[in-house]
Amino acid sequence: MRSQRPSGWYAVPAYGFFALFAVLPMVLVVYLSFTSWQGLGTPVPNGTANWSRLIADGEAHAAVGRTVLLMVVSWLFQTPIALLIGVWAAGPQRSRAVLSSIFFLPLLLSTAAIALLWQALLDPNFGIAAGGMQFLGDPDIAIYTVVFVISWQYIPFHTLMYQGAARAIPASLYEAATIDGASRVSKFLHITLPQLRYTLVTSSVLMLVGSLTTFDTVLILTGGGPGTATRILPLHMYITGFSGFEMGYASSIAVVLVVLGTALSVAVMRWSGFRAMSSQQEGS
Amino acid sequence: MKSRPNWPAGLFALVWLAIVVGPLYYVVTASLRTRQEYLGSHPLEFPANPTLDNYVTVLDGGFGKYLVNNIVVTVATVAIVLLVGVPCAYAVVRGTGRFVQRGFTLLLMGLAIPAQATIIPVYLLITRMHLYDSLTAIILPTAAFALPVATLVLTNSLRDVPSELYEAQAIDGAGPFRVLVSLVLPLARPAIMTVVVYTALNAWNGFLFPLVLTQSESSRVLTLGLWNFQGQFGTNVPALMAAVLLSVLPIFAVYLFARRFLLSGLTAGFGK
Repeated sequence: MRSQRPSGWYAVPAYGFFALFAVLPMVLVVYLSFTSWQGLGTPVPNGTANWSRLIADGEAHAAVGRTVLLMVVSWLFQTPIALLIGVWAAGPQRSRAVLSSIFFLPLLLSTAAIALLWQALLDPNFGIAAGGMQFLGDPDIAIYTVVFVISWQYIPFHTLMYQGAARAIPASLYEAATIDGASRVSKFLHITLPQLRYTLVTSSVLMLVGSLTTFDTVLILTGGGPGTATRILPLHMYITGFSGFEMGYASSIAVVLVVLGTALSVAVMRWSGFRAMSSQQEGS
Repeated sequence: MKSRPNWPAGLFALVWLAIVVGPLYYVVTASLRTRQEYLGSHPLEFPANPTLDNYVTVLDGGFGKYLVNNIVVTVATVAIVLLVGVPCAYAVVRGTGRFVQRGFTLLLMGLAIPAQATIIPVYLLITRMHLYDSLTAIILPTAAFALPVATLVLTNSLRDVPSELYEAQAIDGAGPFRVLVSLVLPLARPAIMTVVVYTALNAWNGFLFPLVLTQSESSRVLTLGLWNFQGQFGTNVPALMAAVLLSVLPIFAVYLFARRFLLSGLTAGFGK
């Protein structure tokens, strides 16, 4: 009988490809953070100069602060809305199915399209806020406008997750509670929410990592402005590297992004459905 | 069982409907206005004299070229992901060696790598490979970063295949390659559809890799084209909105035909 098991060669193209464009860059970015490089020519090692500069760089610290603000506000804004709509849309009525298929439309638009659309819509002279409301031009408001636009784009995705998870809750739980005379609110608090806890964690971490790496929305919508009011960390890295031609220094900012992203993703592995998923895989 | 209608939730859903549909309505109506009318009328009014001139302006402005580039990038990315991803998932599920399993763990960690953080070394690699400013420069990293989710979705689906099916094939004398073609491919079809949708949508809407890895007009894709239109048309918002709408139309068409696949593709890999 011929061997029925595929050899390791079947996985080599995928692993090689991934190693070249994802794993190697991860290693390279750490190396580059210890070099001086203008984007042309060869990176020149310069010791820990980039890192001591980063430690003293007030603008980078401010960018970290803005990134954290963006992450927290995005989570606070998106989670309740996505959760409520998702649970509502999980109901059996036909009207809900129709409505939710409309709710998902923003997911199909590219970030570029969404950013340009909102920029035009929020224009202080010709948009819906005519009368001079500066949604994008006021340094105190701009970052919240960014949060709103990001939410408009991604709430549908999280809604979809909650909707799927809410559909999987056994109806018998609700029937028992109804017999006990539980109110709608108490059913939501004592059955729905606990049953959705893994989805809540997964969705939250995806949201946080997503906000950490938000880039194109902000670049197109505000370019980091007004001033530096919306210059979050990934944008700060991009501008430092590709506009300021300080690729070495930008790499050290990128390493910070990797560390923050990895820390958040370890949280995914730890607390969310991914753990259940991977143990399932090992068990087969 | 009877349930009382949930009025507050229904009302909230209607408010959200307005928030979703309002901007989309704005894109459509703004794209039908003349510049004159855009400057003078309320943005939510329906245009008094709808015109398609803006679409003509956009189509004359290089839109066709961007569209073709986008199709090339999307098709090639999907092809690469399937070509290397499907055999990989098959090896992970049915293969034995340590190498395969260790590699898969590494690949799953890739779910956590933010593409932004690796963009500088990717730029370095692409320039060193003399691929800078070509469509290939966009395709290769886009495909590589799509692989973790694609392989995850495929392995999850192949694990559900009972091993008796594989054994029956082996008794018939089929080698691993024939099993891949005659058993794995048909059984994984739903997962493959999910991967196609997820990968295609990412490639179609990609922004960062095209931004950093291409430069010239001839290798520009739609998302960058849109951004470029913003500079080119200046305050010609109606033309810009026409470009936005044109860039979305192909996906809307797909959405109408394959809604179910699209929705499962969007949440690919994030189990219930």
